[in-house]
Amino acid sequence: MERERPAEDDQVERLFAGLVSHGLIVPVDVHGIFGRGAVFEDVLRRVDEMIVRQSAEPAESLTFPPVIDRSVIQRTDYLDSFPQLAGLIYGFLGDHRDAHQLSGRVHRGEPWGELMSLTDVCLNPAACYPLYPTMTGVLPLAGRLVTMLNWVYRREPSPEPTRMQAFRVREFVRAGSPAMVLEWREAWIRRGLDLLRRLGLPAQTEVASDPFFGRVGAVLAEGQRAQQLKFEVVVPVVSDDHPTALCSFNYHQDHFGHAFDIHQDDGSVAHTACLGFGLERVVIALFRHHGFDPDSWPAEVRAEIWC
Amino acid sequence: MARVDEIRSIVAEYGRLGVDVGQVADEDSLYSAGMTSHASVNVMLALEDHFDVEFPERLLHRSTFESILNLDQALAELLDQ
Repeated sequence: MERERPAEDDQVERLFAGLVSHGLIVPVDVHGIFGRGAVFEDVLRRVDEMIVRQSAEPAESLTFPPVIDRSVIQRTDYLDSFPQLAGLIYGFLGDHRDAHQLSGRVHRGEPWGELMSLTDVCLNPAACYPLYPTMTGVLPLAGRLVTMLNWVYRREPSPEPTRMQAFRVREFVRAGSPAMVLEWREAWIRRGLDLLRRLGLPAQTEVASDPFFGRVGAVLAEGQRAQQLKFEVVVPVVSDDHPTALCSFNYHQDHFGHAFDIHQDDGSVAHTACLGFGLERVVIALFRHHGFDPDSWPAEVRAEIWC
Repeated sequence: MARVDEIRSIVAEYGRLGVDVGQVADEDSLYSAGMTSHASVNVMLALEDHFDVEFPERLLHRSTFESILNLDQALAELLDQ
């Protein structure tokens, strides 16, 4: 996972301060969960609509809450791959004595976490995750294409404004045969690159890997790269050397098909791919490249967004 | 048991191959036989426990786990130290 180097700290601070001083974001005491102002939200909503318009074929639209069934992250190896990013939800399941103890500890400033218990939900770590358990069974002959706008959570607090703990992703998921899914992903990689370039962003595609945890993470990341399972469209935001991924395109092969018994019409295990645009990241990249006042953005960029 | 047979039995248990390990030659690709990257990590951790070794960073590559032969060579090097 990339970490800011001292040379990039100035860039990070300038960008964050600029976003704050123009009322685009509102800082809070914890990194990565700032508030969003009205102008920021207006740009985000319009960028989202622009992305949805790019879909060549009609997609079913679904919305899920930002919490999901905890068993989903257990069944998909998420806790093996990314235990450092997961956000579980704990609740108080004790009796009145435990409640009294909890209150006392909280007010005395003592640790109280052990008095809470794991619930059956967790924060959603990826926009597509809540969809797969709903696909169990046999897909239609032409497969399925679903789009969602979901909040996701990753526990990686950072002063860097594009590295948030909670953010929105415009996601598309394609399920079907390997050929169907791969062809769809290829078309979207080109479409995503074209879309960001039309917004005046110096976008490039690259083969990527996820931030797998620990020393074995290197093996998983290398496997992902060797098989070209993940592509990203990146744009320099706080660093030219380490551009920021604004969207990613992931081919899961039959990983989710196996985990949730999703089959094709011929009985074989379905393959899936997803793509996600990090909406806040696209918006922040626009402010970084075109200035903090959208009224002064290049006319052709404005025409794309305010069409 | 010869080392290569011990490796075979660990691959059979943790490699989640799509075929019987007996059908896989020492030099055959385990990935082609259905082993996923996640399964290769489980094989590695099981080998570390069994042989009481730790794979150093320079061996943490996909190719190290590509075949039973590669695993045997990696272990030969680690056990020799």
